[in-house]
Amino acid sequence: MATTDVALREASGRAEPKHVVNDMSIQVATVNGSGSQSSNSVLLRSIFQMGVPVSGKNLFPSNIAGLPTWYTIRANKDGYIARKKEIDFVIAMNPETAQEDVMSLAAGAAVLYDEPLNLNSLRADLIFYSVPYDKLVAPVCPEAKLRKLVRNMIYVGVVAKLLEIDMGEVEKAIRKQFSKKVKAANLNLAAVQAGYDYAAANLPKRDPYFIQRMDKTKGKIIIDGNSAAALGCMFAGVTVVSWYPITPSSSLPEATIEYMKRFRVGADGKATFAIVQAEDELAAIGMVIGAGWAGARAMTATAGPGISLMAEFSGLAYYTEIPGVIWDIQRVGPSTGLPTRTSQGDMLSTAFLSHGDTKHILLIPCSAEECFSMAQDAFELAEQFQTLVFVMSDLDLGMNNWMADPFKYPEKPIKRGKVLDKEELDRLGGFARYKDVDGDGIPYRTLPGTDHPAAAWFARGSGHNEKGQYSERPDDYERNMERINRKFETARSFVPRPDVVANGSSKIGIIAYGTSHWAIVESRDQLRKEYSIETDYLRLRAYPFTREVHDFVKTHDRVYVVEQNRDAQMMSLLKLDLEPALVTRLRSIAHIHGLPMDARSVTDELMTMEGK
Amino acid sequence: MAATTTSAPPPKTNRIGLAVIDYRGGKTTLCAGCGHNAISERIIDAMYEMGVKPERVAKLSGIGCSSKSPAYFMGRSHSFNAVHGRMPSVATGAVLANRSLMALGVSGDGDTASIGMGQFVHLMRRNLPLIYIIEDNGVYGLTKGQFSATADLGSKLKTGVINDLPPVDTCAMAVTLGATFVGRSFSGDKRQLHAMLKAAIAHHGTVMLDVVSPCVTFNDHEGSTKSYKYMKDHDEPLQEVSFVPAFEDISVEYDPGSTVEVTMHDGSRLRLRKLEEDYDPTDRIRAITRLNEAHEKGEVLTGVFYVNPKAPSFVDLLNIAEQPLATLPESVVRPGREVLEQVMEELR
Ligand SMILES: Cc1ncc(C[n+]2csc(CCOP(=O)(O)OP(=O)(O)O)c2C)c(N)n1
Ligand code: SF4
Ligand SMILES: [Mg+2]
Repeated sequence: MATTDVALREASGRAEPKHVVNDMSIQVATVNGSGSQSSNSVLLRSIFQMGVPVSGKNLFPSNIAGLPTWYTIRANKDGYIARKKEIDFVIAMNPETAQEDVMSLAAGAAVLYDEPLNLNSLRADLIFYSVPYDKLVAPVCPEAKLRKLVRNMIYVGVVAKLLEIDMGEVEKAIRKQFSKKVKAANLNLAAVQAGYDYAAANLPKRDPYFIQRMDKTKGKIIIDGNSAAALGCMFAGVTVVSWYPITPSSSLPEATIEYMKRFRVGADGKATFAIVQAEDELAAIGMVIGAGWAGARAMTATAGPGISLMAEFSGLAYYTEIPGVIWDIQRVGPSTGLPTRTSQGDMLSTAFLSHGDTKHILLIPCSAEECFSMAQDAFELAEQFQTLVFVMSDLDLGMNNWMADPFKYPEKPIKRGKVLDKEELDRLGGFARYKDVDGDGIPYRTLPGTDHPAAAWFARGSGHNEKGQYSERPDDYERNMERINRKFETARSFVPRPDVVANGSSKIGIIAYGTSHWAIVESRDQLRKEYSIETDYLRLRAYPFTREVHDFVKTHDRVYVVEQNRDAQMMSLLKLDLEPALVTRLRSIAHIHGLPMDARSVTDELMTMEGK
Repeated sequence: MAATTTSAPPPKTNRIGLAVIDYRGGKTTLCAGCGHNAISERIIDAMYEMGVKPERVAKLSGIGCSSKSPAYFMGRSHSFNAVHGRMPSVATGAVLANRSLMALGVSGDGDTASIGMGQFVHLMRRNLPLIYIIEDNGVYGLTKGQFSATADLGSKLKTGVINDLPPVDTCAMAVTLGATFVGRSFSGDKRQLHAMLKAAIAHHGTVMLDVVSPCVTFNDHEGSTKSYKYMKDHDEPLQEVSFVPAFEDISVEYDPGSTVEVTMHDGSRLRLRKLEEDYDPTDRIRAITRLNEAHEKGEVLTGVFYVNPKAPSFVDLLNIAEQPLATLPESVVRPGREVLEQVMEELR
């Protein structure tokens, strides 16, 4: 991969201004397991602390150590944080990929390489800087076995000097990174300084890139989507978590464990939660359903292969009407696919997960803020509608670091849905589990353990009547299924509404969702600036679709549905929902390379489809 | 003269004032004579006699004739008839959500030893507080009589097909894996099953009972090793099982030479009058060896193979709050604003 898709050797040829300030992408090419993560976060943080909008994307192999890894940092004064197709500055640390990394660059890019790699002879149209890492690391790190880890810090210092990143900020970032480990912090700091000094003495500035202080990150935080989701779940009052490790979802329950241990243990030392590493995803969702039946806010997190395993149980929860929350941190399928690459490929199969007539509520976050807030929406909706709610995140969102506004404390009290307790049963005398009392399709339930002789009901995946009794009668079956469908219809007015940006006059609409959003923001600006094309934009945040989605398609001649899968899965869902006359207005822009979506590709493809 | 009125004697009630009828369920739809029905009856009796509040009980099952049976007892208890072979996970979630529930799982030999083997194994490892009953007939009753994985070598289907694969011994597995109360009984042995169920109710941890329960429709013929007749001829009880509940404060003398007495979690006493002199039901290794011997000898060993009332359960290990997690108030499950502010500060 590395950079094979990069818009290289595009004859477009960039104009080469002397100074390019706060607008670049830096790619660090290393070997998996070489400890470059700390260096990269320090670099990212230093730029962030200088007030420059920044994003970091880790492109890693499905392997623990020894395979190539790329980390891309994009700094952008306008706040564009999608992946940028073109790489401006390469830090080539991996001998195996160095040649390809360099060959795929566009003219004018800068390359920082390990001296023995001798890359400077490869091309004449790039700016090369060489650094003798091994020579520099020895004096700062007398302990030979630590050198491998400290070595990568040197490039942070070199880059800081070349891009004029404030060394005070670098130090602050290092102290944060190694928080309590003062010795480690000092050692790393010395390595950074060695790099800085080397660059100052030996590397005259020849590239045009600079980082300068701004104030666009003030008050913001940096967090990965999975940690944000974990926090959201904690504040949503989750009590039972069951999970089975799978990339890219594992860090969600792992972060949940960390936060819950810190903030959800009572004064008596007892946990107000239970987190279980299950034996597989079948058990993970089974536990969620058992806990949901017994009244807990329960969740699991998984990725595509786990979702497939959860199919049968999802139908059980749908039909017995048990709440639960499932995070799908999507990765590339089918099958094992590309386990460490991002995708939006589970939309269609999850919407209808399980046999028979089943459909599920999906929430689709695009940012860390939404991972946090939608965690709460998910539990509220699951209990309100007594059904599973799937939160469709992805690897890019879940595992990468994102800038975010500080999360807002949930203002609304937790609502547990239509649950009858002993007192209400005393008053009512009894209840029918699957009766539509309120006309919204949502029945009342009781929890096991409710101290009333009429509280019990029988949860079964087989056919049942309003009272939950076994029934094979066609009319019972039909009535029940129609009611459950009514619930789904009701949900349309309760799920998060889409984000719509419309000026009322554009003929072209764009529909996207999840992390594709960040490419769309930038692509719309490109379309405006480069082609004078105004577009309207609707960002989906949930399935089933709300009124606004229909209206949006109705008011545009052509609607581009942009997504990260092969089969235009969201477009297919839209087609099922829209009136037939509107279906022909939809056009698909679908990408499946497993890399976060970039704006340029969307712009180019949209322009081609516009016939321009 | 005052007229004499005759009134029916008040129904007999248990220590919490409930009658047997309060422990009954819907009318069974299983075949007449099916072993599973007898087990339902024993569950009703045991729960009644132990004075368990039906509202506290959560019944769980998988799929099969056996798994249908929770509909036919304890109608005042909540019940979850889940998917085939995966009741253990549902039960685990329910118990974690509300530790005050008494979970009773009913499974079949197919439900447990084939499709459900994965979840069965991990349930046993966790020692979750739960009574897990396998209603074991050696076949898949509900799908019309195919062999299950507990069918013995050489046993014959009605169609004449011979089973040539060795059986899974769910009891030996349960002991090996960490269940803390493991036994085998027979649906036709009223006394033994009754006593074992009562002891199961008194236990805190995973109880695994494999109850041979003949399928009269598909596996009760000559050549079957799970038929009534076969059990009558081959049932080899390890002990005479009796049980003295904690609330019946009677002290009956027993001879420690011939009887092992185990004090259960709630103070009840499980009495096992030894029929085999040196058998010690607290010795796991011995239990496993003895079960293997039984296979070699072709006996159907019944009784309490292993009991350990002191091992920590899964709920203890997780150190979860005394109050049911499911209904903890918002003030407990949603940390305050200062917590969010603190975390945000750390991320700046
Ligand atoms: C996923 C799945 N596969 C297959 C079945 C069909 N099925 C229903 S019951 C059963 C076997 C039940 O056998 P057992 O657990 O021994 O119960 P019994 O009827 O003998 O009491 C099977 C295979 C199913 N319900 N679900
Ligand atoms: S088929 Fe067999 S197991 Fe099923 S109800 Fe009849 S006798 Fe019982
Ligand atoms: Mg069976």
